[in-house]
Amino acid sequence: MIPLVKNEMIKMIKKKRFYVILLVLVVLVPMFAYAQLKVSMNSQEKYGDDWRRQVQQGITDNQNSLGSDRVPEEWKKYRKIYIQQMKYYLEHDINPQQTGGVSFTREFLNNAATLFIPLLIMGVGSDIVSSERTTGTVKMLLTRPIRRWKILLSKLITLLMFVSLIVVSAYVICYLISGLFFGYGGFNMPVLTGFVLNGAEVDISGVHAVPQWEYLLMQAGLIWFVSITVAMLAFMVSVLVRSTAASIVIMMAALIAGNILTNMASAWTSAKYLFMVNLGLTNYLAGSPAPIEGMTLGFSLMILAIWAVCSLFVSFLVFTKQDILN
Amino acid sequence: MTANNRVVGEQQQTVLSVQHIKKKIGKKWIVQDVTFEVKAGEIFGFLGPNGAGKTTTIRMLVDLIRPTEGKIQICGYDVQKQPEQALAYVGSIVENPEVYTYLTGWENLEHFARMMPGVSTARIAEVVDTVRLGARIHDKVKTYSLGMRQRLGIAQALLGRPKLLIMDEPTNGLDPKGIKELRVFIRKLAEEGMAVFVSSHLLSEIQLLCDRVAIISQGRVLAVGTVEELIADGTNYVVWQLEPRAGGEALLIADGVRLVEDPDNVLDVAILAGMGDHAIVTIMSPDQIANQVSRLVKQGISVESVQKINPTLEQLFLEMTEGEGIE
Repeated sequence: MIPLVKNEMIKMIKKKRFYVILLVLVVLVPMFAYAQLKVSMNSQEKYGDDWRRQVQQGITDNQNSLGSDRVPEEWKKYRKIYIQQMKYYLEHDINPQQTGGVSFTREFLNNAATLFIPLLIMGVGSDIVSSERTTGTVKMLLTRPIRRWKILLSKLITLLMFVSLIVVSAYVICYLISGLFFGYGGFNMPVLTGFVLNGAEVDISGVHAVPQWEYLLMQAGLIWFVSITVAMLAFMVSVLVRSTAASIVIMMAALIAGNILTNMASAWTSAKYLFMVNLGLTNYLAGSPAPIEGMTLGFSLMILAIWAVCSLFVSFLVFTKQDILN
Repeated sequence: MTANNRVVGEQQQTVLSVQHIKKKIGKKWIVQDVTFEVKAGEIFGFLGPNGAGKTTTIRMLVDLIRPTEGKIQICGYDVQKQPEQALAYVGSIVENPEVYTYLTGWENLEHFARMMPGVSTARIAEVVDTVRLGARIHDKVKTYSLGMRQRLGIAQALLGRPKLLIMDEPTNGLDPKGIKELRVFIRKLAEEGMAVFVSSHLLSEIQLLCDRVAIISQGRVLAVGTVEELIADGTNYVVWQLEPRAGGEALLIADGVRLVEDPDNVLDVAILAGMGDHAIVTIMSPDQIANQVSRLVKQGISVESVQKINPTLEQLFLEMTEGEGIE
């Protein structure tokens, strides 16, 4: 098995796909960091060093909008939750908007977890099997005295290793680059977590502060889990679809559809069983409301796990049985 | 391995045995009933027009496609049930030699070497030498010409010292010199005891190269035998050019000579080229030619040319498949 994995690793590296992903990160992160820098410079101008005044202003603005009939009920729910969280921060004298390399990394990956990271994962996952079929090299692979499931397993192991590497690289690159803008500190800054949402109310009984590094670790674990699930789905599509382009389009459509559905905060509750709307695991950590009633961290983890296991099952079943006709 | 075979006293050991394989794809039977055997040290040709089921059959030999019915054994191992044992004896190039173009030739060979037991670096160097790719082996495959890729394909097939070498249309994309080299090379491999299975739609190639052939058309094997045997069964054709044509033709018919209605379907077009409509193609024994000539001359018919056509595989093939598309 080790020689097979070695083969796959060599191919993955020589295809230079991984370097492209690193390059994307290196190009994009400074853009976001610069935007963030502008935002904090603006509020600096407006509020000076008084972050309490800024948070208070945010609370007041949101409270005012609650009275308005023109604001949809859905939005009001979000705003109520936001107000409660901000109040909690004020009471505990913690600045939620404090900038720094570590805070930026946390915020960036929070936002990247549902679409950006999965897209990067697809970059390596979508063509891991289909490219062998597109180029015809699959014939060379499968005419060796090796069972097909072993060949597929070696590809899966390689994919999971690269997925882990991508998640780690995203953190490292993000931290290193944003540090240039905001400084490299902030590991011990307290971050609040443990908000439990009950409808429109926030249950703050479980809220506690954790050092930011610990928060980052928990966040990384969740992002890794999401990434693994997306990788396994991409892997299945890659086995089922012969063309790499088609396989990328299918996965991308699914991910974007998930993002749209999430934003619709849909009344269609059974959508919560779709994997795409369950990718926002980090939101549970930050205390943002779940897109659909009844979703919890445990629920989402389970749904993702079920999707991942099913796609593995399908991948192996199809790959070991199918006729290679082209 | 040749030495071993001699000790056992079985110089003609069966390496590949294909028994009544059939394949249905969708509702269509692509391969209807194919049976043949290939023995150690022989070059076996697999002939058929495009779409006859050649490639499907070859893919079944190397476990890329599962036969709907029938059994394939390589060195006594069932390809479907024991692929790990059976495929260890096979080197193959299915259609084009598709290798990883973003790797160098050497990296490609290393890649495939890791997938089979007991292939050392020395062995890789040895096959590189055999196919004479030494000068460019460390270049990326994308910079290779088709002929070089073809040779790299052969190199990877030879890595595991196979007992059976399967080549699908090996002459595709090679120039005449390359084809000749390949022929010499394959002959050498067979002399060393390897069984070589070659598919082609180019009959002249096969005739020059192969010891035995199977002719396949529309998913069925029409004939299996040595090239000599098959040709011996072929019909003897004699092509006449007579003046006046009509008179001569009438005389030949009167003497019971069979005329071929549609010669394009049974003869190589090259033979008839340049004769136009004047050619009269007949089926008759060559020893009757002298008699017929003197008869015709006596009747005042001038004989411009008489040509005896030696039967070829191509002719035989055209007869069997009744002029079905063939190049």
